[in-house]
Amino acid sequence: MFENALLIELYVLVLAVFVGFEVITKVPPTLHTPLMSGANAISGITVLGALLVVGQAGETVATVLGMLALILATVNVVGGFMVTDRMLQMFKKKPESQE
Amino acid sequence: MGLSSDDILVVIGALYLVATALFIFGLKRLGSPATARSGNALAALGMLVAVVATLIDREILSFELIVVGILVGLAIGAILARTILMTAMPQLVAIFNGFGGAASALVAAAVLRESLAGTDDLSTDTSITVMIGTLIGAVTLSGSLVAFGKLQEIVVTRPVTFPLQKTVSGLLFVGILVAIGYLVAEPGMEIYAAMAVACLLLGVLLVIPIGGADMPVVISLLNSYSGLAAAAAGFALGNVMLIIAGSLVGAAGLILTQTMTKAMNRSLANVMFGAFGAAEQGRPAAGGGEARPVNESGPEDAAIMLAYARQAIFVPGYGLAVAQAQHQLRGLADLMEAKGVEVKFAIHPVAGRMPGHMNVLLAEAEVPYDKLYDLDQINDQFEDTDVVVVIGANDVVNPAAREDASSPIYGMPILNVDKARHVLVLKRSLNPGFAGIDNDLFYKPNTSMLFGDAKESLIKVAREMEEV
Repeated sequence: MFENALLIELYVLVLAVFVGFEVITKVPPTLHTPLMSGANAISGITVLGALLVVGQAGETVATVLGMLALILATVNVVGGFMVTDRMLQMFKKKPESQE
Repeated sequence: MGLSSDDILVVIGALYLVATALFIFGLKRLGSPATARSGNALAALGMLVAVVATLIDREILSFELIVVGILVGLAIGAILARTILMTAMPQLVAIFNGFGGAASALVAAAVLRESLAGTDDLSTDTSITVMIGTLIGAVTLSGSLVAFGKLQEIVVTRPVTFPLQKTVSGLLFVGILVAIGYLVAEPGMEIYAAMAVACLLLGVLLVIPIGGADMPVVISLLNSYSGLAAAAAGFALGNVMLIIAGSLVGAAGLILTQTMTKAMNRSLANVMFGAFGAAEQGRPAAGGGEARPVNESGPEDAAIMLAYARQAIFVPGYGLAVAQAQHQLRGLADLMEAKGVEVKFAIHPVAGRMPGHMNVLLAEAEVPYDKLYDLDQINDQFEDTDVVVVIGANDVVNPAAREDASSPIYGMPILNVDKARHVLVLKRSLNPGFAGIDNDLFYKPNTSMLFGDAKESLIKVAREMEEV
């Protein structure tokens, strides 16, 4: 339909923002911390950008910048998902461990 | 391989589509306690799919550095996630936000550097998005570091203000925009580096005037920024996956920010630029109401009052987190229930220093989440409650928010604990909370104060209760 990549990307942006609003709106306050740390892990998606930069093995400075980005983004992704899981496994409805 | 480059791009695109669906479905399932854990796992799976898809890209030639980078990040992330104390969760999320923002800014910088070193000219679209990615990413990084410092109490938690602060920040922002305009026309690494440093400074200036009590809002907002930074990096790279995931998170963070500001009855602008609590600096605790009498209670009196109550509601605040007393609280609640007291927990939306922080702590102490009530669910129940126990909470139970139009927190929805028959407040001292506002609740005739560290007080009360 469009040849202009930027325009398509803007369509994607706007639609994704609306989806984000819709999906999040009715989250009970109990889950705000895990939700935030889970969302935070997803924002580590920038790891893909870092992979592309480092993988091209181009200019040295760019590769160094990319390498730093790769490490930081991986910490963000791995740490974020793991700590969210650690929190969520504690949320229990009935005290099962009690007799 | 029988696949052409175009075929590979189609495969990558299809995998990104799968990852997108997993992210959206995962976020959706994160919205309900019963499904949240699987939601997080689905989102993590989505991330794995997206990473694998990216690695089959023909543009990726060298895997050695990638493996090293991923392993280093994996180790650091796993150690942090496994060892962090639940009470320090706000700091961890702040630092992760900062890392995400930094990574996006670095990716943007690398894109610029590649194109300056190579032959391919940067299109105007790309250079604008590189600059926006740098701006948001750098602000997220330095802002998150300041927020981390405030939460860890390395940096003063009170708002730090100086004359003409807003003017300085405003001028700096205009300067950055001018530099961006220049860079789009005439890209160069030196001016770009200066611009990036200015962006870092802007992040510091934006967060430093915000008080410790407003950190829940700041963390939500920085969370949103880290998503937007990733989206901007996505535009710079022409990568749709970054745009989608980044804007999902950006939107989610904005929703949470809005929820927080609503819970404080403030506007986002007021939180960001109001230097809330700074005005109180001239009115320290030692000055004002020192002569007002309070009812001081001992652990024995407290234990008797709690043991013979029919209903009790606990109101935990950040003091509980600081004292790491969530397990002792659960222990006391168990003793009371064994004596036939009906026990509930009331959680204010901005209790603690991160949205939902108290819920996580109580979950860690294995308090079932159906005993936790939020503001709307519990506020009419205080009238029919024998004892309310406030543990290290202050502003969220301050009746001034309801009664005193001159109070800075006037209008903020609070837990109406003063309506209960008795209120027991566990607190270290009469010092005002992070917002620096005196609390009339402490001086009411039906309020007793039990001074001391929350953990020690809870242990003492529990010991007395066993003898009642």
